[in-house]
Amino acid sequence: MVLSQKDIISIKDFSKKDIIETLKLAEKMEPIARSREKCDVLSGKILGALFYEPSTRTRLSFEAAMQRLGGGVIGFAEAGVSSATKGENINDTVRIVAEYTDALVIRHDMEGTARYVAGLVDIPVINAGDGAGQHPTQTLLDLYTMQRLLGEIDELHVALVGDLKYGRTVHSLAYALAKFDVKMSFVAPKELQMPDEILHDLSSLGINVNETDDIHDVLNYADVLYVTRIQKERFPDPQEYSKIKGAYLINAKLLENSHAIVMHPLPRVDEISHDVDNTPYGKYFEQAFYGVPVRMALLKSLINNKI
Amino acid sequence: MKAPKELKVKPIKNGTVIDHIKANKALSVLRILGLPSQETAVTIAMNVQSSQMGSKDIVKIEGREIAPKELDKIALIAPKATINIIRDYEIVDKGQVSLLDEINNILKCQNPNCITNTQEPVITRFHITRKGQVTLRCYYCERIMYEDEIESQL
Ligand SMILES: [Zn+2]
Repeated sequence: MVLSQKDIISIKDFSKKDIIETLKLAEKMEPIARSREKCDVLSGKILGALFYEPSTRTRLSFEAAMQRLGGGVIGFAEAGVSSATKGENINDTVRIVAEYTDALVIRHDMEGTARYVAGLVDIPVINAGDGAGQHPTQTLLDLYTMQRLLGEIDELHVALVGDLKYGRTVHSLAYALAKFDVKMSFVAPKELQMPDEILHDLSSLGINVNETDDIHDVLNYADVLYVTRIQKERFPDPQEYSKIKGAYLINAKLLENSHAIVMHPLPRVDEISHDVDNTPYGKYFEQAFYGVPVRMALLKSLINNKI
Repeated sequence: MKAPKELKVKPIKNGTVIDHIKANKALSVLRILGLPSQETAVTIAMNVQSSQMGSKDIVKIEGREIAPKELDKIALIAPKATINIIRDYEIVDKGQVSLLDEINNILKCQNPNCITNTQEPVITRFHITRKGQVTLRCYYCERIMYEDEIESQL
């Protein structure tokens, strides 16, 4: 697979073809990710993992992906152990680390950092989250999960549930899904519905969108319930918050007559009850695992196109 | 009544005249062009009556012919501006401004959490996503800037 871009910064840079090719390659990576097959295609290659903002799961997922392909990882995992706190700027740090490595993955709390870094170095750069900005590998693993578990993304009815106003994950996912022939439902309290700008973009792409504040409206139809956390800080009135929280709680009983799979970008707090974990509905741990083959696919095609 | 002794805007011998600037935008136009500077004489007329626009601003820059590429930057806030290049009191070249696809190093991003608002050595970059009612997108953080926000970010 040859991606049309040098870097992975924003899902908006991906064509539908790039997405499909990435998911296809991820599927080939899966047996290696599960340790059923061995691969050393990236042997001798080093990934620089610059986590200015800690995110243990994302970092481990990248490390696992790189090591499954025979490569190594160097880097730091929070501002406290890097030179970031000593005032060395990003510019200097990444230019130096780029000299030691074959690709960089970067997470930072300032928006646009990954795009900035990609312009500074010649090696590929992968965005692992920039503040409230983009986190494209999350979106790709979300898509992979749907395709892998439900066969095809086209024709799916995907319900995005929870905080749709502030959640960057659901924004990127909505844009990515819009490249496919899907139905989307946006299930959220009115205060946290999808921003108008995104609704406008989706409707101009000809996407059929259904907005509701009642999760029961979609339970019978949705193929995917993509759940995100509603944060307490969004509601000044604690009573209002607990009422809202209750109305969007996903538990096994609620799902009884549904055929949907339940996905979540994790970490969850209490928006999905633990009684869903071991049901056929709960797919969020599998989803987290699928981050590994997806990141393997990206690393392999960015660092080594030869095979 | 006495006849006025001076013209509202004095003709210039050599230089650039920017006409048909939206009323009250002349100062922002100068700002984009990095004017006034020490050695350049600039004359401004604001809120002048115009048959086409109701009222308009005019800027005359003495002794400097500003390059078209430089002038295109002002289309951001003065899309209808017309340009006259003057040599020895004669108009030797006339033109209009056209909006570029990319605006570099002129606007600040209004997202306080954008990488361009840090100490990093980076210049701002915006892509025009819509002309007419101009909309721009920060190349770095992807925040959208609308027409009515442009002047405050100069
Ligand atoms: Zn920005």
